[in-house]
Amino acid sequence: MTTEGTVVATLDVPAPESEILRVEDLRTSFFLPIGELEAVRGVSFLLQRGRSLGIVGESGSGKTVLARSIMRLNVGANVKTTGRALFEGRDLLSLDSREMRKLWGSKIAMIFQDPMTSLNPMVKIGRQVTEHLRKHRGVGRQAAKQTALELLNEVRIPEAESRIGRFPHELSGGMRQRVSIASALACEPSLLFADEPTTALDVTVQHQILNLLSREQDQRNMTLVMVTHDLGVVAGRTDDTLVMYAGKVVEKASTIEIFGRTSHPYTEALMRSIPRTTQASHTPLVAITGRPPVATHLPKGCAFSLRCPYAQLKCHEEDPPLTPIGNSGHEAACWFPVGTDANQEAFERNLSDRLPQTLVVADSLIAGKIGQTVGDSPEEGSA
Amino acid sequence: MSESADLGVVGNQPTDDGGSESAGRATRFVGVLKRMPWLTKFCFTWLILLVSAATFADVIPGLHDPDYQGFIFGDGKTNDGPSASHWLGTDNVSRDILARLIYGARVSLIFAFSGVAVGVTVGCILGSISGFLRGFVDTSIMAFVDVMLSFPALVGLLFVTTLLEARGLFVLCAVTAIFIWPRFTRVGRATAITVSGQDFVSAAKAIGTSRRRILLREILPNVFPAVLAFGLVSMAILIILESTLSFLGLGVEIPTASWGGMIAQSRQDLLINVWPAIWPSVTLLMTVYSFNNLVDWLRAQTAVRSAAV
Amino acid sequence: MPKMIASRLLRLVLTLLTVSFATFVMVNVLPGDAINALIPIDAQQDQEFVEQVREEWGLNDPMLVRYGRWLGNAVTGDLGDSIVTGQPVTAEITHRLPITLEIMFVAVGLSLLLAVPVGVFSAYREGKRPDRVISGFAQLGLSMPVFVTGLILIYIFALKLNWFPATGWNRPSNGIGPNLKTVALPAMSLAITEAAVYTRVLRSDMISTLKENYILSARAKGLTDRFVLFRHGLRPSLLTLVTVVGLSVGTLIGGTLVVEFLFAIPGIGRRIFSAIYQRDFMMVQGITVLITAFYVIVNTVVDVAYMVIDPRIRRTN
Repeated sequence: MTTEGTVVATLDVPAPESEILRVEDLRTSFFLPIGELEAVRGVSFLLQRGRSLGIVGESGSGKTVLARSIMRLNVGANVKTTGRALFEGRDLLSLDSREMRKLWGSKIAMIFQDPMTSLNPMVKIGRQVTEHLRKHRGVGRQAAKQTALELLNEVRIPEAESRIGRFPHELSGGMRQRVSIASALACEPSLLFADEPTTALDVTVQHQILNLLSREQDQRNMTLVMVTHDLGVVAGRTDDTLVMYAGKVVEKASTIEIFGRTSHPYTEALMRSIPRTTQASHTPLVAITGRPPVATHLPKGCAFSLRCPYAQLKCHEEDPPLTPIGNSGHEAACWFPVGTDANQEAFERNLSDRLPQTLVVADSLIAGKIGQTVGDSPEEGSA
Repeated sequence: MSESADLGVVGNQPTDDGGSESAGRATRFVGVLKRMPWLTKFCFTWLILLVSAATFADVIPGLHDPDYQGFIFGDGKTNDGPSASHWLGTDNVSRDILARLIYGARVSLIFAFSGVAVGVTVGCILGSISGFLRGFVDTSIMAFVDVMLSFPALVGLLFVTTLLEARGLFVLCAVTAIFIWPRFTRVGRATAITVSGQDFVSAAKAIGTSRRRILLREILPNVFPAVLAFGLVSMAILIILESTLSFLGLGVEIPTASWGGMIAQSRQDLLINVWPAIWPSVTLLMTVYSFNNLVDWLRAQTAVRSAAV
Repeated sequence: MPKMIASRLLRLVLTLLTVSFATFVMVNVLPGDAINALIPIDAQQDQEFVEQVREEWGLNDPMLVRYGRWLGNAVTGDLGDSIVTGQPVTAEITHRLPITLEIMFVAVGLSLLLAVPVGVFSAYREGKRPDRVISGFAQLGLSMPVFVTGLILIYIFALKLNWFPATGWNRPSNGIGPNLKTVALPAMSLAITEAAVYTRVLRSDMISTLKENYILSARAKGLTDRFVLFRHGLRPSLLTLVTVVGLSVGTLIGGTLVVEFLFAIPGIGRRIFSAIYQRDFMMVQGITVLITAFYVIVNTVVDVAYMVIDPRIRRTN
């Protein structure tokens, strides 16, 4: 109790009850033989209790590293994280490993990407669902088994009774991810990270798993952070969305705002790559030109500038900071945000300069109905 | 100045054109040696010393005759400590320990090298054939290998060496070869199976290359490194085997110096004079350790390289 | 499972047939006449007597006939009589095998007791100082020939400290204490090298296991490192270790031969050693077949152990 008190006392601003996670200028670097790789470059955000946040970005954008950094789950001696990650007022990054262990699984839990590899193939399912419950809460074997049963039923695993003594390989991918979820829920954590929870699953199963997660979040008043590369997963599910590119947040807003008033060219590009049911069949998806930058060799200025259809000289020179768009808390890091006159001018200038990525976008604008579908309600677009 | 700069560039470029390839390889080799940890450097030096001493034993000036028992002729002492004439002292029949160690190294090294040479050769060829052709050939070769493996090798060795009237080094090596090839063949076969499944082999098949040619040009060259790596690991094991056989009195025949034999002989006088036991033991240990250490280091190097690719 | 056991049995029989036949041929082709073992050289002047003995032992029959006769008896559990002592080979084996087995199992047990925690710890601290120290020692242990280890142990613990006898053997019937005293040094001589091998094997498997996602997810549950290591990491890392232990139990007969020789222990290894010296072919034949059978059986046990360890193998087979 006293230690917690002192920790809170050293804070500049006492955390309000409603605030569960505050991340301030978080940076994570990997020190590799080829040099320092800065995977997360100064991320800050605030998360209120009971809300859900989607962190979206391509692979390599640093979203998984960000989640693991907050949870202190990066492995290896060559990783260094700086900044602060305040969970219920306590800085996770300064906790010792014993205190961290008390939080893991019991207050903060994580669901991993691939249920094929994140469940131990040699440990029975029943034990994997509740072993931490037994460790954290000292629950007995019988009670734990009972809880395991309830949890498996809750995540809709049929014949839970008989599955408890089975091994993971005897279940399908979707069932395994349900087991992972059951395991994450076992200690009723207040904060749940789901790192690409559906990426490894069949499309038909993805929906079920996402719905299950949303439902559990609602029922338990749990805070959910969903890490994904797919804007469609976030659409209509999370309250807020945070778009990451090359280790930085390029846009953050409520999910409705993100879809309704897309401001960052990268977010817009991601949006274009979502297949939509309103499109005529065989409409080609628009891929983002070029590749994500290598974190050891970032371009000067805005990291997206080399792929951006609106990039101007300024973008190659100066890295844009996050600036408010309107007054709803919407922020984007762009000198020429989408939807502004400056953006339109930049687009036309690049078009007349015949910049390849600009041409690609212009082609798709002519060919498809992208202009009208972006404004549509996002739910029906998510696949 | 300019030369060293050039070398630096060569060393940094992994792909090099044909002209300066050998120069590049040489500098890279030196660079690799420089990056060795000190212990591996030490082991490497030790092995080089050992091999050269064993090779040039006959012409090393001042080296005693390893079989000369001075005390019979009144010009040597038994169980003598280190002296200017006998650097490591003498054994219980007054032979020079240093000379016996160096000549003993010959036996160990020839035994190990020949074992590895036979193993690698047979293992590569039979393993490649077995792993590439599969089917009946594979089944029969592997059945034979399995039987050979389940036959207790040391017993077999014992058996043959005891029953043979003459037990020269050559006979010993030949007998060992009989028991050593099956393991190499297994390694070769496993590698050959992996190689056979790769695209360049399928490609060769698709353009109608003959099986014989695929075997010689595609499979064998790719199986060789893996089998050779196993051979390096086996060096240490073979040296231990030779010394064990000599220790049991089943190695090269008695007056010939061998490390195991020296240790066996020193056993009786362990409480009187422990040095004749210590020197060959330490030499044996250092040699085996050096091979092991070097192999581990090489393995780590290739692991790093394959991780970097 | 029954199918696997059947195929294993078939393999065992085939291997035994081949090995026994090979031994038989070896015995007969190589120089050294069995008659020398039966009759002292100076008594061989009497040709008639020699001929009589030859006939009596069936030495004049063709090799295949003799092999067939031996095989016929072997199937009924009779491995023949020792040419030298006249005792049945099976009696000798049942008398001596337990001694060798005791040393072997104590050695393997000791090695595992040492290697499992040390290997796990080393992997846990991969690349750090404790791991480097452990790996260094393992490398050294790997480089120790059994007879050198044995000599060092004899020198320190028997000759200098007088804690254990340098040579000899006490049956367990003489009391467990005296028995263990004579087992200690031979078993330790074998254990040091074995432990080094096991440690290295377990360490390297454990290192790759610890990189698995399920280890990360176990850690993310807030389980203690020890629990994660031993209850999640150990079992998936055991496969190579089990193979190597099986292999070493199968081949340790050779190793025990050396310690039995060094410590003057009347085990099976020493017996085959003397049998070869005395040209006691029946004995050599019998023991070789026994050792081979042991090796094949141990390998079968290892295959079963795989299934116990890894539930995925259980299903596919």
